[in-house]
Amino acid sequence: MSVDGSLDRLRREGHIVIVGASLAGLRAAETLRDEGFTGALTIVGDEPHEPYDRPPLSKQVLLGRVPADHTTLPRRREVDAQWRLGVAATGLDMAAKRVHLADGAAVEYDRLLITTGVRARPWPHELEADLDGVFVLRTSDDAAGLHHRLSAGPRRVLVIGAGFTGSEIASACRERGLDVTVAERGSAPLVGALGGVVGEVAATLQREAGVDLRCGIMVTGLEGDSAGRLRRAHLSDGSSVEVEVAVVCLGATRNTEWLASSGLGAGPRGIACDAGCRAFDVRGIVTDDVFVAGDVARSPHPLFGYQFLSLEHWGNAVEQAETAAHNMISSSTDRRPHVWTPSFWSAQFGMNIKSVGVPPMADEIIVTQGSLAERRFTAVYGYQGRVIAAVTFDQAKWLEFYQQQIERAAPFPPEFTTVDRRPEGMHPVPAGFPDPSLPSHGPTVTLSGHSPSDRRISFTPLSA
Amino acid sequence: MTSVALLRQITDYANRADPYPLYAELRKTPVVRDEDGPYLVSTYWEIHHLLHDPRVSSDIRNLNPEAAAMTPAQGEDPNLPPTFLKLDPPEHDRLRRLTMRPFGPPHTPRRVYEMRGELGEIVSGLIDGFQGKQQIDLVDDFSYPFPVSVICRLLGIPREDEPRFHAWADTLAASIDPVRGSAEDQEAQLQTVRQARADLAAYLAGLIEERSRSPRDDMLSAMATGHGPDGQMSPVEMVSTAALLLIAGHETTVNLITNGMLTLLRNPDVLQRLRDDPDLAVPLVEELLRFEPPVQLLPQKTTLADIDIAGTTIPKGASLWLVLASGNRDPQRFLDPDRFIPDRPDNQHLGFSSGVHNCFGAPLARLEAQFALTELVRRLDNPRLVQDPPPYRQNAVLRGPRHLGITFDGLKP
Amino acid sequence: MRLVVDLNRCQGYAQCAFLAPEAFTMHGDEALMYDPQPDDAQRGNVLRAAQACPVKAITVEGMNGAPAAEKAGASHVG
Repeated sequence: MSVDGSLDRLRREGHIVIVGASLAGLRAAETLRDEGFTGALTIVGDEPHEPYDRPPLSKQVLLGRVPADHTTLPRRREVDAQWRLGVAATGLDMAAKRVHLADGAAVEYDRLLITTGVRARPWPHELEADLDGVFVLRTSDDAAGLHHRLSAGPRRVLVIGAGFTGSEIASACRERGLDVTVAERGSAPLVGALGGVVGEVAATLQREAGVDLRCGIMVTGLEGDSAGRLRRAHLSDGSSVEVEVAVVCLGATRNTEWLASSGLGAGPRGIACDAGCRAFDVRGIVTDDVFVAGDVARSPHPLFGYQFLSLEHWGNAVEQAETAAHNMISSSTDRRPHVWTPSFWSAQFGMNIKSVGVPPMADEIIVTQGSLAERRFTAVYGYQGRVIAAVTFDQAKWLEFYQQQIERAAPFPPEFTTVDRRPEGMHPVPAGFPDPSLPSHGPTVTLSGHSPSDRRISFTPLSA
Repeated sequence: MTSVALLRQITDYANRADPYPLYAELRKTPVVRDEDGPYLVSTYWEIHHLLHDPRVSSDIRNLNPEAAAMTPAQGEDPNLPPTFLKLDPPEHDRLRRLTMRPFGPPHTPRRVYEMRGELGEIVSGLIDGFQGKQQIDLVDDFSYPFPVSVICRLLGIPREDEPRFHAWADTLAASIDPVRGSAEDQEAQLQTVRQARADLAAYLAGLIEERSRSPRDDMLSAMATGHGPDGQMSPVEMVSTAALLLIAGHETTVNLITNGMLTLLRNPDVLQRLRDDPDLAVPLVEELLRFEPPVQLLPQKTTLADIDIAGTTIPKGASLWLVLASGNRDPQRFLDPDRFIPDRPDNQHLGFSSGVHNCFGAPLARLEAQFALTELVRRLDNPRLVQDPPPYRQNAVLRGPRHLGITFDGLKP
Repeated sequence: MRLVVDLNRCQGYAQCAFLAPEAFTMHGDEALMYDPQPDDAQRGNVLRAAQACPVKAITVEGMNGAPAAEKAGASHVG
């Protein structure tokens, strides 16, 4: 009676706090109510906005088709909750089961769900980052500011980092008729996420769209005029580019600083959790009342040798939030594991790019359908003789077949014939991923080993 | 595993009015080899997976010799290339993109959307024609003329030529039917089909020629004059594509609308709900596509490799039949599958197929059926079936009533 | 009205772009761009598009019992 009784009580009159009011936080809140949680629900978010959708920010919004404040997420159902928006969480006291907020208040919880996500990594030189015309793109406010500036018709835009966000921004700029230079440290756009073979296709797309693409290059400095407006960017090859706008697209940083002294297993790579979304503490012991979901989570995946995966994927945020919410109010035998096959999409240069699995894990790639030269293809990634990932360019209808191949660890290279198999698709070639120890724009899937605790954090006990 | 002539049971006219018990029997073995050769797939997930499986080909030239020998010829015209229906990527994709250019997004996103007013007018006009009658044959008086008028306007085919191609289209649609007769019957039938195909091709070639000289705002003109990144269709590709659209535009929506009205008359509570709430037509048509799909099965697919599925290995080059209408009634996928639930949630039916070969005309068929059913139930006062089940067409693939007698007390304005 | 499309599910069938061209547009052959807050006048078309989606990737607020427009009410209750 006592265990069941306490779960019953939690479901009926407990207090659940969700820190992070974006996609994962909202979907978790809806799931809690859907599954019959009738207790108190508090949702804390550092931005003043209702939960909104981010993918349109680098596409529809920059193209001017949709105002930046028009991406508020639809509700799947009513969520009876206390919303505390515009106030960040600043600390967690696990012993007292309390979250501290930036306005000095504190909220107590019976169960806590952390969905604080990531933020854009800023330009590392603070003075340069402060120049008028230097942007990052993560939030709705970022998108509003950047769109406003692009509408003024800058003579040239510099995109620093050609990952997915950077490439989408470059695409939007070209579509608006703006001159754009893309500076990428790697050998090609998207190389960190999809490897060099596919990266070359992305490079061709960019160049044909009129992007001034410069790879194997770093931006060494941003220079402003006397009024503090960005004027010029200096590159590692000694050249410089006159620009009025620079968008820093160097990947994301996990929002975990507020947990630094909490004792939770949280660090720059995210918050480690088990397959049931329960967070680990710094000792590698799983907690029973702190759950985590979305971009900030690192969770072990059976398909990928139980390595911890960090995913910045929309679908992962939704599904992990649903699983976490379910598990928060379920007895241990009713809990579900989060075993989502990584998948993402990007729209750029009129092309629909989709991927499943973990491409950066691969050593080889083979084009099983279509042709790289025609920019319509399906390619499969192999790792140690099995299919580990797949990517499509404008061939999304085939992708789910390859997802099943990944999920059943089918042999690589695929032994069978497919429709639209071309001569180039007869033999695998090296996938061309850069050395993972070299920093690049972040891929959207990161494998971070087997340890639930992050080696780069040091634990400072909460002061008494 | 070989099973006793399931194929013949499916094509047996005695099972036409209600093939669903037979499909339920079929689903007990999701993938089964018929004694006549083909592999029949009858369960939802297996069909779904095969429709997205790049080892499955729509090009019968990939059949192995044994399977090819057992596949009845359909009277193809050696002078015309296969349509995209019977091609694999990349040829399929190229032809479909070229055909989509004047029809839908991204290049012509509003053509179908802007036909809504016209659809409404045609529907109203046909129903006005019921004035003074107490009984109609829905097929001849409505379900047939409506989509035919639409496809003619869309393609740019003069409506007055309809009697000429009506017979050709009928013959060609019937040729999809897998019924076998005696060798002499088959040969005679093939002869008729070849003639119809040649006559239709000659007619369309003439029309395309004319449109390329003086283009109008229709699809044939756009196909004949347009140029994009894929270039242009060859003249024979244009003819064979136009013939495909014309026949498909004829023979499927007819059944969708007729099956829809039949289903509504069998479910008076749903009919009343639609009358009270015209918006119900939208999910209702989706449920109809699940419950009584106009294309019951996809014959004539084949395999490029051995495929292991549901405990069976379908060998390379086998003839593969996907029984869409059976998958749509699979209790492993749909709750209470034999009930018609007009607002069924999560209705990912197979009525328009799936994957790269998904129905080209789906958006138009949806709108046509929504308009037709909404207006029919609104305007017919106390409609009743004359005969249940109605007489069906012979065709097991494109299944639908040949006539649907409906009596009614009067006509609302 | 608010909507969101699960573009992981989306396979580019373009049914939505046919049926509600004000709210859904194809960018190239396969990439979908949509207006997350189309005008209420588009409601009928948008619902038609959501129902027609072969992979049911479109979530519209107010569909399937969801509330038409619930406001979070950016409360700063102390």
